[in-house]
Amino acid sequence: MTLSSLISWIQGAIIFGTVIMYGSIGETLTEKSGNLNLGVPGIMYLGGIASLASTFMYELNVPNPNPVICLILAMVSAFVASALGGLIYSFLTITLRANQNVTGLTLTIFGSGVANFFGGSLNKLAGGVGQISVPVTSSVFRTNIPGLSSMGAVGKIFFSYGFMAYLAIVIAIVSQYFLSKTKTGLNLRAVGENPATADAAGINVTRYKYLSTCIGAGISGMGGLFYVMDYIKGTWANDGSIEALGWLAVALVIFTNWKPKNAIWGSYLFGFCYWLYLYLPSSISTKLANWFGLAKTAHMQNLYNMIPYIVTIVVLVITSCRKNKKSQAPAALGLPYFREDR
Amino acid sequence: MNKNHEPLIRIAKRDAMVWWKAYLIRIVSVILALIVSAVVIFSITKLNPFAVYGSMYRGAFGTTGKTWNTIRDAMILLCISVGLAPAFKMRFWNIGAEGQILIGGLVTAACMMYFKSMPTVLLLIVMFVTSCIAGALWGLLPAIFKAKWNTNETLFTLMMNYVAIYLTSFFVDFWDKKQSHSVGIINLDTGKGWFPRLFGEQYILNVIIVVLLAAGMYFYLKISKHGYEIAVVGESENTARYAGINVKKVIIRTMLISGAICGIAGFVEVAGVSHTISTSTAGGRGFTAIIVAWLAKFNSLTMTLISFLLVFLDKGAAQIASDFNLNEYASEMVTGIILFFILGSEFFINYRLILRGKHKEVAAK
Repeated sequence: MTLSSLISWIQGAIIFGTVIMYGSIGETLTEKSGNLNLGVPGIMYLGGIASLASTFMYELNVPNPNPVICLILAMVSAFVASALGGLIYSFLTITLRANQNVTGLTLTIFGSGVANFFGGSLNKLAGGVGQISVPVTSSVFRTNIPGLSSMGAVGKIFFSYGFMAYLAIVIAIVSQYFLSKTKTGLNLRAVGENPATADAAGINVTRYKYLSTCIGAGISGMGGLFYVMDYIKGTWANDGSIEALGWLAVALVIFTNWKPKNAIWGSYLFGFCYWLYLYLPSSISTKLANWFGLAKTAHMQNLYNMIPYIVTIVVLVITSCRKNKKSQAPAALGLPYFREDR
Repeated sequence: MNKNHEPLIRIAKRDAMVWWKAYLIRIVSVILALIVSAVVIFSITKLNPFAVYGSMYRGAFGTTGKTWNTIRDAMILLCISVGLAPAFKMRFWNIGAEGQILIGGLVTAACMMYFKSMPTVLLLIVMFVTSCIAGALWGLLPAIFKAKWNTNETLFTLMMNYVAIYLTSFFVDFWDKKQSHSVGIINLDTGKGWFPRLFGEQYILNVIIVVLLAAGMYFYLKISKHGYEIAVVGESENTARYAGINVKKVIIRTMLISGAICGIAGFVEVAGVSHTISTSTAGGRGFTAIIVAWLAKFNSLTMTLISFLLVFLDKGAAQIASDFNLNEYASEMVTGIILFFILGSEFFINYRLILRGKHKEVAAK
């Protein structure tokens, strides 16, 4: 394996990982309040399409789009749209007491419907202007740090990404600090562990659940934004890949044991697994393919793609068997809390 | 003076609601949802919403062929919902129907390819049985871990979906001779292993299988001892244990049944509808069916109605897409809106709102 292919493997893994890192940090915050939101794929869809639609309209109607406005517009619209998705979920599950899993799945259907609908008809709604693309916004998101990114291998590995790849790490660290070191974070964890006790201690359970779900959704939506603007370079693809990434983000929450700091390396690890089929030395691939009795090594790709999911299952099983204090899963995860039901 | 300390609205649980009132609330919620969807459609497209709904009806029931397609797809959705009903009644969150359907379909496709020489009836039976077993095994794995170590089944079954998807994609590549990432229509020339036409119609056998399963599930949940055990475990595992029910056994047995029926759904889809296998064979219906089963409270009749409603929306939206040159994903958007409203409406069936100052009146009653 050559150095250049190793570098491009690392780059691919980091870009892929950043998408699901946003998704999983947002979902971790949500789950810490006891809400198991299965709407993450839908929320990421909403974030992605909102940023694309708003900047597309802006770039289309303004002769010389201002990169700064593009950037702000994309981020604000993605955050607001995803947080609104979280608000629908919160209103239905917390106020109207609907079932969490069913509501989350509905949100996924809704989000993917809205996003693919607009993604597919944006062009027509704008009066048929050809290929949807937002070159200005996308290039803002893909700007590297000048100077540093050209520093040979080190520059390529560490400094060749748009700012959102670094923002994800910052958000992961801040979220970890928030959850484990601040009083508000402690209260939030209390709500997820035992809402009745938290309620008795004077914590406003409803407010915590609402806020953490909406803000968490907003952060998850950044994953959709990053996917659209950076990963596929400011276009739209109706291929369902955001949905697959969203479920991978849900898996990553378990894999990281509900600790945002673990999401930093966990997401990159998933990224390495995802690109394994491209970069695994062909000698190993051929051996494995022979071992499975396959004629073509290309068939192994599908088996490699299973790895993140199988690893997650194994982690899930191990944490449930050991049942020790290290498991950070909120005790009341997925359970509804209604004060009168006690 | 202490009136000021009262919240504006209080929530109280209703004892029970007359069934027609409950249905009235649900119908009102669907109508509200359709109005909201109409507003959304209008604001985006400036099309007359009534014309749009009219074309939806034509899309689902416009011709005999379209009506049969609607029935065919509703049957598949119903079949999956019937499979999920016992698991969800037990409060076992089987999010893994997608995977169980795919595995059932995959095994069916394999039988169609490798057992071409078998007589048709025997082949159909073999496919039925193997898809049953495959689906059951796919559902069994999370159930064992749930029963033994209380492993979170929502996440486990969700992950199993993707294992099944990549396994399917692996076999599709394996069987594919033309590098097209597709197996094409299996046995296109001979029609071997395809559902036979009964009474001159193509999809009668699909309907018979699914209706039998739905009826069977109705009675299984309603009058059998197993059904009672499932209900008790769903309400409270502790109560079940106290009553001497072997909870682990019930969990494993129920998931075997649930997985098996989802596997059959894959069999019906592959052998009776599409005659091919791909990663989109399940097509998200494993998730939609969860909502069907949950909203119907696991009642087979209600599940049938909701399945038809959702398939109607789907077909209708596809028609809109072609009539008005729109995007077919409009259907998912409208489906989402309607489901949100139905989910929300359950609250008004189970609870009532009491405005500030009204409570004395209530208390006086």
